[in-house]
Amino acid sequence: MHLSSLLEIVAEALPDRVAVAACDAGDLTYGGLLDTVRAVARHLQDQGAERLVAVDVNSEAVPVGLFGAALAGIPYVPVNYRLADAQLVAILERAAPGLAVVESSVPARLGEGVPGLSMMSRGAFLASNGPEPATAGGVDPEDPAVLLFTSGTTGEPKAAVLRHRHLTSYVLETVEFMGADPDDAALVSVPPYHIAGIAAVLTSVWSGRRLVYLPQFSAESWVDTAAREAATHAMVVPTMLGRILEVLAERGEKLPALRHLSYGGGRMPIALVERALDHLPHVGLVNAYGLTETSSTIAVLGPEDHTDAASSSEPEVRARLGSVGRPLPNLEVEIRDPMGVAVPAGTHGEIWVRGDQVSGEYLGRGAALSSDGWLATNDGGWLDTEGYLFVEGRLDDIIVRGGENLSPGEIEDVLLTHPDVADAAVIGVPDEEWGEAVAAVIVLAEGAQAEPDALRAWVAERLRSTRAPQRIEFRPELPYSETGKLLRRVLKAEMSPGPGGS
Amino acid sequence: MGAKEPMDLKPGTRWASQVCDTEVIVVRAAAQPVSLQCGGHPMAPVGTDKSPDVTLDPSFASGSLIGKRFADPESGLELLVTKAGAGTLAIDGVALPLKEAKPLPSSD
Repeated sequence: MHLSSLLEIVAEALPDRVAVAACDAGDLTYGGLLDTVRAVARHLQDQGAERLVAVDVNSEAVPVGLFGAALAGIPYVPVNYRLADAQLVAILERAAPGLAVVESSVPARLGEGVPGLSMMSRGAFLASNGPEPATAGGVDPEDPAVLLFTSGTTGEPKAAVLRHRHLTSYVLETVEFMGADPDDAALVSVPPYHIAGIAAVLTSVWSGRRLVYLPQFSAESWVDTAAREAATHAMVVPTMLGRILEVLAERGEKLPALRHLSYGGGRMPIALVERALDHLPHVGLVNAYGLTETSSTIAVLGPEDHTDAASSSEPEVRARLGSVGRPLPNLEVEIRDPMGVAVPAGTHGEIWVRGDQVSGEYLGRGAALSSDGWLATNDGGWLDTEGYLFVEGRLDDIIVRGGENLSPGEIEDVLLTHPDVADAAVIGVPDEEWGEAVAAVIVLAEGAQAEPDALRAWVAERLRSTRAPQRIEFRPELPYSETGKLLRRVLKAEMSPGPGGS
Repeated sequence: MGAKEPMDLKPGTRWASQVCDTEVIVVRAAAQPVSLQCGGHPMAPVGTDKSPDVTLDPSFASGSLIGKRFADPESGLELLVTKAGAGTLAIDGVALPLKEAKPLPSSD
């Protein structure tokens, strides 16, 4: 299936329902969205554009651009406008040739511009039109629909290729067509160059939900917009949720219209999930795990899973609050050892996934799938006896201390429960005796003091002594990517050379 | 496309009834070739002209509702109704059963 079919089917079924609560002009209905998309696609075809690049904040230009490019038969390439100028130029050179819709400050930052890339403002793009093209636009499900530059927490960013068949398979298999109530509204605050921003457009449209865009995230504007627009659905990354809960608590705001709050895009500390359950008891929490290369979500921990786990006295059930739930029914997930052999429940290994939504392909590098269609995610994890998936983070981040595999996330979760700790990062550092040693970088709570030995004891009592951090450093803050990923490589690079920090 | 020719019911392809407004999209392919019918007559790809010679068969006229999923337990074919109509969906003359799907929680 093709992305353009998704919009055409919904626009025919619900022409008068609001599709996008617009930021600049009036609301766009599904019929109006399709009209705008068709006009923009004519312009793109008339210009002979090979790609539609977007270097902009969130707005109605995201769905218009995504579907407009699809209808014109070219890929949509959203790029992070917040990159440093040199990085932005380097990525745009790889995104070219094509037409770029840019935020107003971008042209000045690019100096002499990027060869092969013509630029236009969002306003001009949304108003663009062209003659009826001689040839039909996009129809082939094999065509690339979206190119997404991965966040690049390690090395040079790669461009993941998501074809129409990958994205539409995800939507058809996981979303109920026209399943939204007429008043449903999804608040989108993840940026368009994140896979969750693309998935939000597709799943909202297919369910007939109204999209509400936050141009750029701040916790205050998120709460304001959610309340004003009576948002029923929202997706946030971990760093967003903590700040949102603080603002909600300060204001005594409960967001009565909100029914579904999903989180993903990074490891969520259990303590934060518990705070969200406490503060928003009427909201169904959903933990979603997925990768850019898998067209978004591959496992979900649903609202009932959350409440069952939080209220259970059985340790195994309670632990599921820290899981990402069960794989989607249309996918296969296996845990495999380093030889690529599947291991039984309870055994740690690498997470592998297979299904129609799994691309695993990078621009210029071909598909990274095995001959029988499996993708090795490079994430470590394990499945419990009921099939709940626990993700331990990137395999490169797992600490191997004297032959024992230690999950940084597990140790961080325990450190975060200490009253004096505001934030914590755990990494492996080279160690002569053990190969790797556990190191922790701690952000203390305001006005708090904590002795390294007390924190070590805290971890040793709750896990075991091998997991207690050998080295502890204190810092005012930790480095995060703007989509909430802890930048461990930055900490590793800064910590490795020195002797003991404590 | 002749009625006897096997239909290429690939996932994502869209099919229209010849005798009513029903349109469907294929969600899952069939394991073996099957003939997909609506209102008692074979369906055709969306966009092809409707045949003027056929009419709705009253024994296949219980209707198809928009948004409903139908699945053939034998072949594995699964369909989603994208446009409602008066005809009944069937495979080789046997009405297709409705598939009760438990919706997944929204994760985006």
